[in-house]
Amino acid sequence: MADTRPGATARIIRWIDYRLPFVQFLNHELNEYPTPRNLSYWWNYGSLSGIVLVIMIVTGIILATQYTPSSDLAFDSVERIMRDVNYGWLVRYVHMNGGSMFFAIVYIHLFRGLYYGSYKTPRELLWILGVIILLLLIATAFMGYVLPWGQMSYWAATVITNLFSAIPIIGPGIVTFLWGGFAVGDPTLHRFYALHYLLPFVIVAVVLLHLVALHRHGSNNPLGIDHKGPQDTIPFHPYYTIKDLFGLTVFLLIYAFFVFYAPNFLGEPDNYIPANPMQTPNHIVPEWYLLPYYAILRSITFPILFVSSKLAGVILAFSSIFILFFLPWLDTSPVRSARFRPIYKWVFWLLVIDVVALGWVGANPPEGIVVTIGQIATFYYFIHMLILFPLIGKLERPRPLPSSISAAVLSGGARLGSAGAPMAKP
Amino acid sequence: MLKHVLAAAVLSAAILAPALACAADETPPLPHQEWSFYGVFGTYDPASLQRGFQVYKEVCSVCHPVKHLYFRDLAEIGYSEDEVKAIAAGYQVTDGPNDEGQMYQRAGRPSDPIPGPFPNDQAARAANNGALPPDLSMIVKARPGGPNYVYGILTGYKEAPTGFKMLEGMNYSEYFPGHQIAMPPPLSDGAVTFADGTPATVPQMAHDVVSFLTWAAEPNLDDRHRTGLKVILFLVVAAGVFYAAKRKIWASIH
Repeated sequence: MADTRPGATARIIRWIDYRLPFVQFLNHELNEYPTPRNLSYWWNYGSLSGIVLVIMIVTGIILATQYTPSSDLAFDSVERIMRDVNYGWLVRYVHMNGGSMFFAIVYIHLFRGLYYGSYKTPRELLWILGVIILLLLIATAFMGYVLPWGQMSYWAATVITNLFSAIPIIGPGIVTFLWGGFAVGDPTLHRFYALHYLLPFVIVAVVLLHLVALHRHGSNNPLGIDHKGPQDTIPFHPYYTIKDLFGLTVFLLIYAFFVFYAPNFLGEPDNYIPANPMQTPNHIVPEWYLLPYYAILRSITFPILFVSSKLAGVILAFSSIFILFFLPWLDTSPVRSARFRPIYKWVFWLLVIDVVALGWVGANPPEGIVVTIGQIATFYYFIHMLILFPLIGKLERPRPLPSSISAAVLSGGARLGSAGAPMAKP
Repeated sequence: MLKHVLAAAVLSAAILAPALACAADETPPLPHQEWSFYGVFGTYDPASLQRGFQVYKEVCSVCHPVKHLYFRDLAEIGYSEDEVKAIAAGYQVTDGPNDEGQMYQRAGRPSDPIPGPFPNDQAARAANNGALPPDLSMIVKARPGGPNYVYGILTGYKEAPTGFKMLEGMNYSEYFPGHQIAMPPPLSDGAVTFADGTPATVPQMAHDVVSFLTWAAEPNLDDRHRTGLKVILFLVVAAGVFYAAKRKIWASIH
């Protein structure tokens, strides 16, 4: 009869919480968690990427129950999923397009961090964990792309693993080791499958650390100033749960459009041709989200001192991501948000254009003007990171910061989403 | 910030547009057919698919397999169970080994894959002047331009321009990369006789067989479009509800 008495649930929760503070933890991190009151929709992409990660893991495990990671059977097993497995086409298209959606969201999330200086103290480790997630994501996506064992799968695997052969002396040995043979083949596919299954769970672990680091100091915000008291913050729930839920629905609309009406738009037709080691496709291109790195990789057409052009390209492509680890220290400006940085506000967009240009270069065969644009864009990328970031921080005179988030929001001077609105006259 | 996104998009488009224009080569744009399966409400036309299957069976299947199709799949394009059985029974398939350890021939059943014309790729090459006729079950998804490209290949045969060097046994195609295709023009007016009285012109046969091959590559398209519509409608309503809820919840702190 005990469970019908009022307060029974509360007492059970209290009993559990005394031993394992789970409900307390959820309440603390969701309900009481103070969040800046002025977060714009650009702050939706963090929770969105977490949700896409879950979608990818769920659909991925379902696919794994039907997929065969053998070079003789992989292509046909994917087609069997598409044709004979109940709703196999849906699960596979959701997973396939989910990769693109994931990167789109993560890139927006990353550029949001760049614009509003979310990597600055005390959020350096939060940012670094994010870059680690990006690296893991690229590795996972690449290995997942190999699994259908189409032409592009096979040749992407060949091109990318061959990059390691550029390392002097030990390079060729490493490549043979990665392949598990003397060419991309059955052992390569098996291990890529095993790792493609493993890495998402590693990503989950790093995401949890990312969240722990986030909740230590809370979200940055469009003004880039710390919250100074209860008047600056609101509880995460219900304010941001509903805002995230609305954002999620809009995102799912776009996602659903691709899945149901353009499922192969973002993919390469060549990957519906079974892998053929005897026939190289005319243009080997990675998926769109890896094109900028691919462009940087191919940009070096001449040896630099003792370094071969291939090795130089490999080093630059990896550096383009690794350099992000140092961004918190490369950016010398004490002001976080680009709203109060009159020069950086514009220079930021040069980086966006530069990365888009690199993506275009990566998609086209490296001939004529494409090579030149690729070299200029690669050069600019590193100039932006290594010179402009430190220099602008030193030269720029930031506009005065508002005294508090609530002051700025309530005075109406900083409506959500109007990035360029002047805060106060200098 | 949105304003800036648009500005950046326009600016990068302006930078890239001239470069993109240079990249176009001498291949004419693909013919654009009205496909019943295009668009949000697009569905396959069973009559066209059945005519297309006939064209495949009587013309293409002499050289090209459709590896991923089973006879049972034909029920989806409007054939009755008995018709599917009859179509399957018209083929001989290799089965076995039997109790004596021998492979043997028997009439096809709906559960069999549609047999291809050659036992292996080498036999296919030997019979085709060294060229390998590709499997057609995925061809529409495996070529840029999809159905329009395959339609272009079937209808785009021309006399080679003067001065264009053709290799022995090759044919000039407007749309094939490099313009030299090993496949001789497969369709000619009246090559098949349609049971429903549709005139068997080359464009008609090409249209029907490409529709059939699109279905072969993407048999779940009808289902996908229907489900998609429901999902999108649901999400539009949900987005409206959540937006209203968001406005209400936030009203107190704005």
